[in-house]
Amino acid sequence: MNYYNNNPALKFQLSHPLMQKIVALKEQNFVEKDQYDYAPRDFEDAIDNYERVLEIIGEISAEIIAPNAESVDHEGPQVINNRVKYARGTQENHEALAQAGLYGMSLPRQYGGLNFSLIPYIMGGEMVSRADAGFANIWGLQDCAETIAEFADENIKAEFLPRVCQGETCSMDLTEPDAGSDLQAVQLKATYSEHDGVWYLNGVKRFITNGDAHIKLVLARSEEGSTDGRGLSYFVADNNFDHTIKVRRIENKLGIKGSPTCELVFTNTPAKLVGTRRMGLIKYVMSLMNGARLGVGGQSVGVSQAAYDEAIAYARERKQFGKAIIEFPAVYEMISLMKAKLDASRALLYETTRFVDVYKAYEAIEATRKLTPEERADYKEYQKLADAFTPVLKMFSSEFANQNAYDSIQVHGGSGFMKDYACERIYRDARILTIYEGTSQLQTVAAIRHITTGNYLKQIRHYEVQQINPEFHSLRKKLITMTTLLENSTNRVTETKNPEYIDFQARRLVEMAGHIIMTYLLIIDASRDDMFRKSAEVYQRYAEVEVRKHATFIKNFDVEQVDKYKIA
Amino acid sequence: MSFNIVVLAKQVPDTRNVGKDAMKADGTVNRAALSAIYNPEDLNALEQALRLKSTIEGAQVHVLTMGPARAAEIIRESMYRGADGGYLLSGREFAGSDTLATSYALAAAIRKINKVDIIICGRQAIDGDTAQVGPQIAEKLGLPQITYAEEILDFSKREITVKRRLERGVEVVKGALPMVITVNGSAANCRPRHAKLTLKYKNAKTVSERQASSTDYTDLYETHPYLNILEWGASDIEHEPQWLGLSGSPTKVKQIESVVFTAKESKRLTPADGEIEELIKELIANHTIG
Repeated sequence: MNYYNNNPALKFQLSHPLMQKIVALKEQNFVEKDQYDYAPRDFEDAIDNYERVLEIIGEISAEIIAPNAESVDHEGPQVINNRVKYARGTQENHEALAQAGLYGMSLPRQYGGLNFSLIPYIMGGEMVSRADAGFANIWGLQDCAETIAEFADENIKAEFLPRVCQGETCSMDLTEPDAGSDLQAVQLKATYSEHDGVWYLNGVKRFITNGDAHIKLVLARSEEGSTDGRGLSYFVADNNFDHTIKVRRIENKLGIKGSPTCELVFTNTPAKLVGTRRMGLIKYVMSLMNGARLGVGGQSVGVSQAAYDEAIAYARERKQFGKAIIEFPAVYEMISLMKAKLDASRALLYETTRFVDVYKAYEAIEATRKLTPEERADYKEYQKLADAFTPVLKMFSSEFANQNAYDSIQVHGGSGFMKDYACERIYRDARILTIYEGTSQLQTVAAIRHITTGNYLKQIRHYEVQQINPEFHSLRKKLITMTTLLENSTNRVTETKNPEYIDFQARRLVEMAGHIIMTYLLIIDASRDDMFRKSAEVYQRYAEVEVRKHATFIKNFDVEQVDKYKIA
Repeated sequence: MSFNIVVLAKQVPDTRNVGKDAMKADGTVNRAALSAIYNPEDLNALEQALRLKSTIEGAQVHVLTMGPARAAEIIRESMYRGADGGYLLSGREFAGSDTLATSYALAAAIRKINKVDIIICGRQAIDGDTAQVGPQIAEKLGLPQITYAEEILDFSKREITVKRRLERGVEVVKGALPMVITVNGSAANCRPRHAKLTLKYKNAKTVSERQASSTDYTDLYETHPYLNILEWGASDIEHEPQWLGLSGSPTKVKQIESVVFTAKESKRLTPADGEIEELIKELIANHTIG
């Protein structure tokens, strides 16, 4: 089996019109074709390269990672002499992907990367997650190298990036016992030694995914006496160097058990400063988190797909009352909605990834030359879209992954509650998705300003005038009505000018925008390929009642009523 | 030092996933219904070859396959995994070859390759399951052979140490090069395709393939010589015509019988194609058939 070849929706996304622009920006007239024997010669060649690599990931995902998922879930990693030992299957998965040269996919070729755009990288993440969401964390942490490539000096890049491409793993060491969502509270100390000319790290980190990685990116307090985010800097530490980083324990988790979540003690760990001091949280970690949120989007869609795969296979096979249960309305409706949510979140995933791709490519170009005013304006436009779409993607895809995992067990009935079926593991694995890399509640905080500034509305208007199949005109009419409801609700909430009230209603407004955006994306996709027609129709119905539900709640609500929800 | 490893590989119909269309009415394999794959034990052999290559400086791995034009895919697949190149032996003269004619042709091709230090192949191919071709080639070339190899344990000074997997245990043997090794399915799985190698070699083609396709990049094959897969016909190897193909094949299939099992356990199926296919897969998986 191959998770790329058996999922035409992925190939479809590679054929999106914006891919021309993305590849052009990434490959810069294909200048590297004579320098590297694996660099593309033109657009078609580049897309063919993406497909060939996706086929490799699709095969490894289906043939190695997926069959290992159950034993990895049972075994989990262990701590031996303060180091992490992966489960056997985890080690095997990692070695297969490293041997296939699949680490450092989006890094520049000069450091050994493939210089791929983010689209195929996120697709890879989706497929790996479909096989085993926990393992996707270990593979997906190659994201960290992006911030090295973007912000570190040439020496650090030359030291670490080729190692990532050789298959060394990374971790992002941000959170601490008292600094979770609020990273400004980070305490781990970085002290510069004039004598040695290096920084030393001392302190504790908690909940660190893949904590015993080879290459560690650490957020630490470099400015003594500071208490907020402006006293934090970003460091890279080499965990191969010595044993100054000790793994104290691995958390015993509900799901993604193969992914070691570590508590770490740093004792005089030598480290190098990435970028400039004091910019750690404000700039670099923000960039890292945006990348990670996109990654969780891909992971969530992979989990949604896995949940759907299990549900539909079981519903077709399981017979009750003399027929397959998929023939009963209660079951087929549930599965159709699962598919619609899956397709909707995937459409949003790749739309968001394209926005990030364009602006990141401009960012890379900007490092080598000055952008023209037109390029600069385009860059800013896509950056804004990426900023606006990333939190909506993270929130919706992770929530849908959980809903699909829940429904997948429901379709299985009693059997789904037993350990014998994969759906129970998928259900446990899905649960973290709405929490890490920023909870759904924090995604709302990031998204609400794009409601109040009208960024979503502007993009919705842009979708409204896209060429679509005339058969979908009636759906678009409904979407226009839904958009009016969003506008009215937004005005009703924002004109109070009450920040707490806006926060109170924020989730509802963001969800309304998200539902409208995803329905548009499905209609646009269905206009290009009929395979999305059913999901477009099913999702529109679902979205409409969700939007109306929120609109009604907001309409029937007075500012003072917030008090009724307050708990003393 | 140059060290030449030749891997013998075969493109075979995927008989592991057969459905109801796998056999034609006359009892022969319906190749159209089965996808063409890399013979599994030849992949095990390739892995052993690539591992050996990594321990010897300057060693090269080339893949030799005999088959129709599309069998060049086997050579590309090998290059994606780390082989340096390959040779396709192709032509109507080879059609209808049994194991004797196949080993005759392959042995002649190996003589042409010249200075081969070691020949590694899978124990047997899943379309015939004879396990004869490897040993026959060794005999024809007058080389020693180690069959049922599971792992090459050591190599030094032209002596090789190999672990063999036998029915009732393992055996470790040594032998002097050049020699033929046939590799068992219990050996390590072949490494996956490597991303960069796949992109580097994806346009590698034989002359016939280049003529058949209307692909651009014609200049590629001059500027990148490694993209040319060597293709040999009967006239490229030294041979006596009567030993090739059908005339060189004493094996005659007299009859093919459809074996019907008498059931001890019963299982009730609905008359749906899907269920029948599932049952066939189940029976293959538990080795009742196949």
